[in-house]
Amino acid sequence: MANFLDLQAISKHFGGVVALRNVDLSLRAGEVHCLVGENGSGKSTLIKIMSGVLRPEPGGRIVIGGREYPHLNPVQSTACGIQVIYQDLSLFPNLTVAENISIARHLGAPRLVNWRTVRTTAEAAMARIGASLDPDARVEDLSIANRQLVAICRAMAADAKLVIMDEPTASLSRHEVDALVRLVADLKRAGICIVFVSHRLDEVMEIAERVTVLRDGAKVGEFPAREMDDKKLATLMTGKAFAYQTYATNFAKSETVLSVSRLARAGHYEDISLDIRAGEIVGLTGLLGSGRTEFALSLFGMNRPTSGEIRLNGKPLALKTNAQAIEEGIAYVSEDRLNLGLVLEQPISSNILVTVLDKMRNGLGLVPEATRQRTARKWIEDLAIKAPNPDNAVRTLSGGNQQRVVLAKWMATQPRLLILDSPTVGVDIAAKDGIYEVVRALAAKGVAILLISDEIPEVFYHAHRVLVMRRGRLAGECVPHASSEEELQAMVDA
Amino acid sequence: MSLAAPRPALGPALLRFRRSHEFWLLAVILALSLALSLATDSFLTLQNLFDLLTSNAFVGILASGLLVVLIAGGIDISFTATASVAQYVALTIGIRYGLGWFALFALAGAIGVLCGLINAIFITKLRISSIIVSIATLNIFYGLLIFSTGGKYITSLPKFFRDGISWFEHADASGVPYALNLQILVLVLAFVAAWLLLNRTNVGRQIYAMGGNKDAAQRLGFHVFRLNILVYGYLGFVAGIASLVQAQLAQSVTPTVLVGKELDVLAAVVLGGASLTGGVGTVFGAILGVALLAILQNGLVLVGVSSYWNQWFVGLTILCAVSITAWSDRRRRAAKAIN
Repeated sequence: MANFLDLQAISKHFGGVVALRNVDLSLRAGEVHCLVGENGSGKSTLIKIMSGVLRPEPGGRIVIGGREYPHLNPVQSTACGIQVIYQDLSLFPNLTVAENISIARHLGAPRLVNWRTVRTTAEAAMARIGASLDPDARVEDLSIANRQLVAICRAMAADAKLVIMDEPTASLSRHEVDALVRLVADLKRAGICIVFVSHRLDEVMEIAERVTVLRDGAKVGEFPAREMDDKKLATLMTGKAFAYQTYATNFAKSETVLSVSRLARAGHYEDISLDIRAGEIVGLTGLLGSGRTEFALSLFGMNRPTSGEIRLNGKPLALKTNAQAIEEGIAYVSEDRLNLGLVLEQPISSNILVTVLDKMRNGLGLVPEATRQRTARKWIEDLAIKAPNPDNAVRTLSGGNQQRVVLAKWMATQPRLLILDSPTVGVDIAAKDGIYEVVRALAAKGVAILLISDEIPEVFYHAHRVLVMRRGRLAGECVPHASSEEELQAMVDA
Repeated sequence: MSLAAPRPALGPALLRFRRSHEFWLLAVILALSLALSLATDSFLTLQNLFDLLTSNAFVGILASGLLVVLIAGGIDISFTATASVAQYVALTIGIRYGLGWFALFALAGAIGVLCGLINAIFITKLRISSIIVSIATLNIFYGLLIFSTGGKYITSLPKFFRDGISWFEHADASGVPYALNLQILVLVLAFVAAWLLLNRTNVGRQIYAMGGNKDAAQRLGFHVFRLNILVYGYLGFVAGIASLVQAQLAQSVTPTVLVGKELDVLAAVVLGGASLTGGVGTVFGAILGVALLAILQNGLVLVGVSSYWNQWFVGLTILCAVSITAWSDRRRRAAKAIN
């Protein structure tokens, strides 16, 4: 089949920084194509060149439907049928579904609005992809998945021939991803080309034909999607091999840090008993809704159990608030805390020390600068944060180092138990690796760690022991060293 | 089978209205009006109604303009200074050159647009926050006016201007005459114009969209600068027109009398449901917001509450109205989260 779009020798510099170097990309009509790379690999720049927001440097060629363009502008790009669905979806929350879908009709010279056309355009677009949303509902009242449908309908209404979707599955549940995959298969049958842009191996790659990998602004290559797997892709994206091994360690002699017996909370989980010893990493997995997060929140004083007992170093705890939990030496780092737990404009040191300012006060209630510096440096060193100066803003750090700052912030409270809830969601593979490294180093220092995750390989390769929860109960235990990933997966799916 | 008769199904549009901010405002206005009608003989009279409309026309006309700016995601509090300048300059020139109605309004409108454009340029081109820009321009416009006029009144307005207009004159049984005056006419026109702009033109819909999500609007190719020129220019124009309506009612021009009213207008529009973060607000809501504050103040006078209490009641009303909406929104969201 003929190519819908060909990009040849596309380059782009920003100042002295290379964003893209001689990149080729070809897209066929009716193809699902994945464009993957780490943050900063040039994916966004390439999208912007296709959408006409940025101009490539002279020497590059853009051929669409047999016609050659030195560069595109946004109007040409739209006229060629190229539509980008950004990760934030770029919808108007205050407007109705119908108006969002037909928004392009409002462009152009001042004139009266024909509300009937707005509605029929929207209904036609929804009919094309079999979506049934209330056209009068306001977008802010819709779920994320339905908002995404609206964004896709808007692309349809603009007569899209190529739909570029940036991280489309990032905030969808498994069930919603399945629906998206079915929808994409329909679009593909209708001859529309779909490009998924991602920094990880996505569920949608199941239906992709080809994968183009970018690294540091250059194209690593183009591969049949069928031959791709997590590890191969990670290696291609980063140029590093990530081979993890399970590890066998005997903790029988270590002291027990956390001991939970017959803990229950009506409606959330029941009869949970477990021990975590100093230096041990215990994985906890299970499908969404299995009660694992509710259980973890109980350990952190944010979801009071109805019965059972929690002991920390032998001392029974009756936690009422998370402040108490922190006081007792429990830290809880959740997925959104890794993303939102930082004040980006503030110095690294302030971000790390915010949890322990009270402890650093001297007799006058002030924090001496020397103590501040010393403490900040200690944690920067301990967690190997690559920062030239602790007083630089967190914003200046790479994603992976920002994640370490969050961990440092919690480690500064010197917890005996660290609960990590989905610590690597939305993180690219190299940054993930950095987090695992830190977690292992913390365990080696004697911290007991509870690692909660959806991802089987994550708990399998990075925990000493994995517990599986199902419908609010502990349903099984697996020691990775004496088991296999498949066995663990089966236990979760059972 | 259930014995109870099925509840008549409300249309979806009606259901939406029942949940809206406007519905609550309307209910409060009706309740307040009912109470005042029962408590006083003078509230529910044609004369009081006419007085209410006439004396609140200035605030109402400005509210129709400010609403557009708020929906676009901006804010402007310099419009009272704009109005003062437009009023003084237009009538000074008008008196000297013997200008008629149309020329006077065109001139005042043009001066207003000019002031609005100054705001728009600083806000969009230099990306300064709109509140800061308009605080600055409020002071600049007003300062220049006071400096160059020395604060002097203009009292000798042309006869046709003092007479105003009175269409469809009609006298009631006791011989009190009523007519459609300039204030009521322009007030109605201002709300109709804002409604047409916001709901019937593509530009109006772009204004809503830009207020809802500015980044998305830019990505889709909306001209943010042009839209800002339009909304700030529109408010300036409306302020210019309103200034003449006010001068006609006052029968004089006092450069110091308008500045200070900007927060009353802002209060009315926000009470009407417009959001300070943009994208939200309706003309109907703005009308209700102006009406509620007008009726409240009028009612307090009629039942004989000292006018010193006026501001206290206005403040309380705003706080209650905004709290009720916020509370019902939260409840609705919570109910949805559970489902």
